[in-house]
Amino acid sequence: MNPTALSSQPGRQPMTHPSLAAEHPGQPANDGTVSGAPGQQRSRSAPFWTIRGWLAQRTYWTLAAIGLAVPLACWALLTTFGSVNRVFLPSPTDVAHRLVTWFSDDDLLADFGISCFRVVAGWALSAVLALPLGLLIGTFRVVQALLEPLTDFVRYMPAVAFIPLVMLWVGIDEGAKVAIIFIGTFFQMVLMVAEDVRRVPMAQIEAAQTLGATRGEIIEKVIIPSSKPALLDTLRITMGWAWTYLVVAELVAANSGLGYAIIKAQRFLQTDKIFAGILLIGAIGLAIDQLFRLLHRFAFPYLHTRS
Amino acid sequence: MNAISCRSVNKVFGTGRRSVTALQNICLDIPEGEFVTMVGASGCGKSTLLRTVAGLEVHSSGDVCAYGTAIRGPSAERAMVFQNYSLYPWLTVMENIKFPRQLSVHTRNRTTSDVEVASGRADALLQLMGLEQVADAYPSQLSGGMQQRVAIARALMARPRILLMDEPFGALDAQTREVMHDLILHVCALEGCTVLFVTHDVDEAIYLGQRVVLMAPRPGRIDSTYDVPLPGNRAVEMKHSPEFLALKSRIVERIRETSGLRTDLELLQRLARRTK
Repeated sequence: MNPTALSSQPGRQPMTHPSLAAEHPGQPANDGTVSGAPGQQRSRSAPFWTIRGWLAQRTYWTLAAIGLAVPLACWALLTTFGSVNRVFLPSPTDVAHRLVTWFSDDDLLADFGISCFRVVAGWALSAVLALPLGLLIGTFRVVQALLEPLTDFVRYMPAVAFIPLVMLWVGIDEGAKVAIIFIGTFFQMVLMVAEDVRRVPMAQIEAAQTLGATRGEIIEKVIIPSSKPALLDTLRITMGWAWTYLVVAELVAANSGLGYAIIKAQRFLQTDKIFAGILLIGAIGLAIDQLFRLLHRFAFPYLHTRS
Repeated sequence: MNAISCRSVNKVFGTGRRSVTALQNICLDIPEGEFVTMVGASGCGKSTLLRTVAGLEVHSSGDVCAYGTAIRGPSAERAMVFQNYSLYPWLTVMENIKFPRQLSVHTRNRTTSDVEVASGRADALLQLMGLEQVADAYPSQLSGGMQQRVAIARALMARPRILLMDEPFGALDAQTREVMHDLILHVCALEGCTVLFVTHDVDEAIYLGQRVVLMAPRPGRIDSTYDVPLPGNRAVEMKHSPEFLALKSRIVERIRETSGLRTDLELLQRLARRTK
């Protein structure tokens, strides 16, 4: 009697449960019980809602897939069974179909290519100027006092409002579109770069100073390598912003590009094309973002190693 | 000539009514090769004094000299070991130790044989600190004690004449700390370094120091100095000797007196009053 009572108790495990949950992340992946363990966890609610808890890779991606699939399903159901006008809300299949015809008949690749060029050119121009400028602002108080208040002021000016000026000053060809994206990203980027540089721990800089490093050496061998990971993140985030300015930039007398296609589709009430264009820009942004993250992994192995 | 010489050094943070006197009339001479430790209640300015000698802080008045020359900023002859976060996380342990070799101060006028010597020195430091196994690891993969060993090795790599240490073992466990004590005594004697060592651990201050400087807060000043009556070659057993314990109780008592609260009883009474 006694032994059975004892052995049945761990089956319920009301007491040992928190320690089990805590030990679980440390279990080796090749352990046979691992595939069963998340199942056990799923049946109980507590580990699922642990603050900053741990989640099995498979569970994570399942949840991510659900998070993406549910809105898509709602959209599909709404257009199939709901009483919405298809002119205003096209179905997912309409959008997919439009994407195919856009590719085959309307030269999607050309729109894609020119838009990529504009975004990357505007963003790269920003980066080339913002990186050294931000480095100086973040390193020298004199430069900070001189430039930061001005930059802070300009960044609150709406980039869209600069369109008339840009058209007057730069004209209406490619330069104008690049200029709009540049204005939209540059000022934010300068401040973010400056902040990244300022976040380099003072102890790292002071250690170099007491080892005899000169000012130039501290910038070259401490500040730049120390802030590089943060700078790559800043470049990734501002690349996302550059894409959001694309449609605005292509308001300026464009006759090609994804943003222009969206604007033109509105004129012909092609909501499916508007949807296709928006989703496409979103997908491109996501892809570029993931590429940056991959680059981060390769460029900074020391941040991704665990002892 | 003294390695470090402070003559009525004052340091004031801020201006006007909000100014705080961090250092007041500091006079301290440290002859070459001496190991001096500084203790004191928190806020007594011991770290500020150390940073002033390092050239990282600028004093408001008085003279701070190293080997007779006024200190005008950080220099390779005065290397500093910080409490933490001073290693370069993007460099491996060996690259961190060799970091000073990348700097022009240490490469100027160097011959090939000098480079070979420096290379041998890096290897020797690596072995001395017991870091051979982790030479290619990144600092984030090491424990706190290991990280501090790398920081010390890196500071010694620059061949400083003066070594400034700001609570370098403050974050280490007791066992690691004891090993580090013997290691640092050994290395500094071997290198002939002059050491100024800040700590809040009185045991550590007595065991390491030939002289203990006690600082008092508000305003930060030197309260008293104590010559340590222990033989030059320290051994762990000395921590139980009567001389050691007597000096320890004197210093602990004095720190307590200067910290503003005279006795533990008073401290407890204050605590009790708060919780009512």
